[in-house]
Amino acid sequence: MTENGFGAAVRRKEDYRFITGRGQFVDDINRPHQLYAQIIRSPIAHGKINKVDVDAAIAMSGVVAVFTGADMAADGVGGIPCGWGITSKDGSPMVEPGHPPLAAECVRYVGDQVAVVLAETLAIARDAAELVDVDYAELPSVANLESASADGAPLVWDDAKGNVCFDWEIGDKSATDAAFASADQVVTIDIVNNRLIANAMEPRAAIGDYDAGKDEYTLYTTSQNPHVIRMLMGAFVLSIPEHKLRVIAPDVGGGFGSKICHYAEEAIVTWASRKVNRPVKWTADRSESFISDAHGRDHVSHAELAMSKDGDFLGLRVSTRANLGAYLSTFGPAVPTILYATLLAGSYKTPAIHAEVKAMFTHTVPVDSYRGAGRPEASYLLERLVDKAAKQTGIDPIELRRRNFIQPEDFPYQTPVALEYDTGDYDAAMVKAIELADYANFDKRREESAARGKLRGVGISTYIEACGIAPSNVAGALGARAGLYEVGTVRVNPTGSVTVLTGSHSHGQGHETTFAQLVVEELGVDFDNIDIVHGDTGKVPFGMGTYGSRSAAVGGVALMNALEKIRTKAKKIAAHLLEASEDDIEFKDGQLSVAGTDRSVAFGDVAMAAYVPHNYPLETLEPGLEETAFYDPKNFTFPAGCHICEVEVDPDTGVVEVVRFTAGDDFGRIINPMIVDGQVHGGVTQGIGQALYEQCVYDDSGQLLTGSMMDYCLPKADNVPNFAVTTNVTPCTHNVLGVKGCGEAGAIGSPPAVINAVLNALSDYNVDDLQMPATPERVWQAMQGNG
Amino acid sequence: MYEFNYHRPTSLDEARKILGDNDEAKLLAGGMTLLPTMKMRLASPSDLVDLSNIEGLADIIDSGDAIEVGAMVCHAEVAASDVVRAAIPALSDLANSIGDAQVRNRGTIGGSVANSDPAADYPAAVLGLNAVVKTDRREISADDYFKALFETALEPGEIVISVRFARPKRAAYSKFPNPASRYAIVGVMVAETTEGIRVAVTGAAGCAYRATAMEDALSKDFSAGALEGIAVDAADLLSDLHASAEYRAHLVGVMARRAVRQLIA
Repeated sequence: MTENGFGAAVRRKEDYRFITGRGQFVDDINRPHQLYAQIIRSPIAHGKINKVDVDAAIAMSGVVAVFTGADMAADGVGGIPCGWGITSKDGSPMVEPGHPPLAAECVRYVGDQVAVVLAETLAIARDAAELVDVDYAELPSVANLESASADGAPLVWDDAKGNVCFDWEIGDKSATDAAFASADQVVTIDIVNNRLIANAMEPRAAIGDYDAGKDEYTLYTTSQNPHVIRMLMGAFVLSIPEHKLRVIAPDVGGGFGSKICHYAEEAIVTWASRKVNRPVKWTADRSESFISDAHGRDHVSHAELAMSKDGDFLGLRVSTRANLGAYLSTFGPAVPTILYATLLAGSYKTPAIHAEVKAMFTHTVPVDSYRGAGRPEASYLLERLVDKAAKQTGIDPIELRRRNFIQPEDFPYQTPVALEYDTGDYDAAMVKAIELADYANFDKRREESAARGKLRGVGISTYIEACGIAPSNVAGALGARAGLYEVGTVRVNPTGSVTVLTGSHSHGQGHETTFAQLVVEELGVDFDNIDIVHGDTGKVPFGMGTYGSRSAAVGGVALMNALEKIRTKAKKIAAHLLEASEDDIEFKDGQLSVAGTDRSVAFGDVAMAAYVPHNYPLETLEPGLEETAFYDPKNFTFPAGCHICEVEVDPDTGVVEVVRFTAGDDFGRIINPMIVDGQVHGGVTQGIGQALYEQCVYDDSGQLLTGSMMDYCLPKADNVPNFAVTTNVTPCTHNVLGVKGCGEAGAIGSPPAVINAVLNALSDYNVDDLQMPATPERVWQAMQGNG
Repeated sequence: MYEFNYHRPTSLDEARKILGDNDEAKLLAGGMTLLPTMKMRLASPSDLVDLSNIEGLADIIDSGDAIEVGAMVCHAEVAASDVVRAAIPALSDLANSIGDAQVRNRGTIGGSVANSDPAADYPAAVLGLNAVVKTDRREISADDYFKALFETALEPGEIVISVRFARPKRAAYSKFPNPASRYAIVGVMVAETTEGIRVAVTGAAGCAYRATAMEDALSKDFSAGALEGIAVDAADLLSDLHASAEYRAHLVGVMARRAVRQLIA
């Protein structure tokens, strides 16, 4: 391994500026003469807007303008588009309602944008916002799946009958029915996947900056994918040609999926900036984030597993209702379908699977991706069901899984739900996790806990996920309205330093380090002489950004392909300089040498020759040393693994403490093990958060009850143990790096392991079901027989 | 936050005068409740009277049979005080369980007691240890102090000066924290004072209250077992997202027994 190269635990380059407070986040950016925007949001879940009286606000000193939905509509502003279309069982397209950035006629959730005040200071904007008088005629609302599904429920959209956006299915229904008909035993489960709020550390922010001199716009925004925002906002909302719109997503403090979506505020500040011919800045406060960032999860499912008498899985039937919120967020419809039901095979050879998904509108914040996006929902359902099957059949949960695993010799494996897994060794990862977890001595630890009056339980999950959605044409056939390739440019500067322009976007992942490691490995350039540039459509070629654990598996491979082009060209230049045949040039450790001789030239000299081409094969080779590669993967990648959780339950109070947590993951080859460990730690913590603490709650009238950190419980450092993590590597077979992705796995594998452990701890209490989050009261009630 | 005038008087007289001159003025101690409320625009005092510059409000005084904690002493100071630790370790523990490090270094005992949040920890100590709340006009015994949700015996403009805790023979505080906010869902202080056993409960109801049935049982038999079977009526208890009244009633019993066990161990 090269120092700082592929596989090295290099400390993160970006941390110096983050730890010393020198990061440049959107709110750190201030433009000359900028105004501050305060958004007026709906205080009610559903209502008709009778009148918006802005006179008093406009009259206030320091207020420059107040705009309403009518103003945007009069300017011909379009609706926020949805990036994924789903077709129902009956062939009809999903119901796709309009989504004006400022609501003009009707509000549909608490937090819906109604008007915007622009003022010289934020304090004035806030004071003025209170003077905007909106007259609503309140209408009945539906705040959750149950009330949205009721007969005669109030409608969120008139053309979505029964509040159904789409009713979709996947898999072979008749084969699945036949499997159930022939089954010896069936196990069933009802699952609620709790609604979550991402709560990235940095709240969302946006600055619109119109340059009247050039008739150009710049949007600074907290986005995971600035090019996607440019395309959606430029083409669909504001009709700004791409060459006149630059989108910059600078340092971004966490996204977890909530910063994928194109948000109304981005369009509002960009449009308003032109209206008043001054830059316009908006930064959410935390309360605003709770009611305006896309929420995650929120499924209710019923599942049935058909088995032979020996516990072989024969068929799986799943019926899910998914809450989409009031409007379709950018990838909202893809999450409970393509990113969910296609994963229901898990790591098992279940021959017949059928899943149906009914997606519903409710008067709540739009729902979109949250770390894992669909895959945690699938993994949770399946791994709870398998554990329940183990209990029902009396087969050990490890043995039952092992018996049904897809085996190494089965790859490539075509599942009954569209995906083709390329590679894996599920048992090997499970064995590693079992060893690291000291699973064999669990009973001793259980006794030791019992001596302290605690109920100890162990739970396991063996998850699979799909990362780096691909290829683009298949995604397109499944409803994607965008490409899913990635781009990398390698710009070798004349003195041999390297600037990489990547379409991936780092909002905590550490690309400035890991991508530099790839350059070190391929070109032998010193780590400190490499700069990774991302997040600016004015600099980087059209890229698709970062979500779905795609940066290494798609963006990293694009970068590798560009590096390969650089290597090829560098060899040609070196061959000329060394008067040798190109085929004889070896490129290693930053030196290009003629094989079998001591003649060599440093990479830096090759770069100089490319830009000062005095001694250069100009007749056959262009000067310069800069290459770009676009990469569209052949398939998804399929990380998998085994998580083992041990909990202690306090029988007096129902408090659950996670006391041990072990992850044995297969992420393919690993570029930086320290960063991968960190990703697992963070993902598992968020998964423990979902399993034990986090729950987004609306009351019946659609008011968000968990609208602050006082009531929405994020996991804290003292809620998690030190994690034991290990990896088992089966390299991805269809990308040159052999990487699979690691960003979401922690949040996918951990929730079922935690809940299975809690249920195991309660095995003397006859509790077979427990919904997330397993709060102390919920556990205590279950122990009283009130589960 | 709306505009307001900020005052930092150096004497109680000056503070009283500002309060007297401004109907909408509010006292500011640590600001752990008031400032967030103002930021949310849910409170709009015309004037804030910051008590931090008034001498004599931030001392911890040991008078032998009692300790007197100044109203402006922050929770972290109480937790770290050798005087408090030696006299009433349960009070140190309680202070150390409040909120998080930032809150403990800003929030004050006077602010907490004056605000009487139903989920605050200090009310359990004041009531359980039979403390005396000393104000700029009188002394109020704990039993007369807590009235209802956010309501105390304090009159408009009355300023808490200190809280005096008589040394108990022994005392322990057991808390079930809200996992999100770390406020008390239920907190129980069990103390053996010179005047007898006291059991005070915070978090469960509108304000801190004494669990008299438990006091009676413990007076006869000071053991966790003596509390078994004492029903806590859920009817008067709070119910919210985090805990139903039924669960709170259960936790009152559990926390009380744990406090007793701490004392026996």
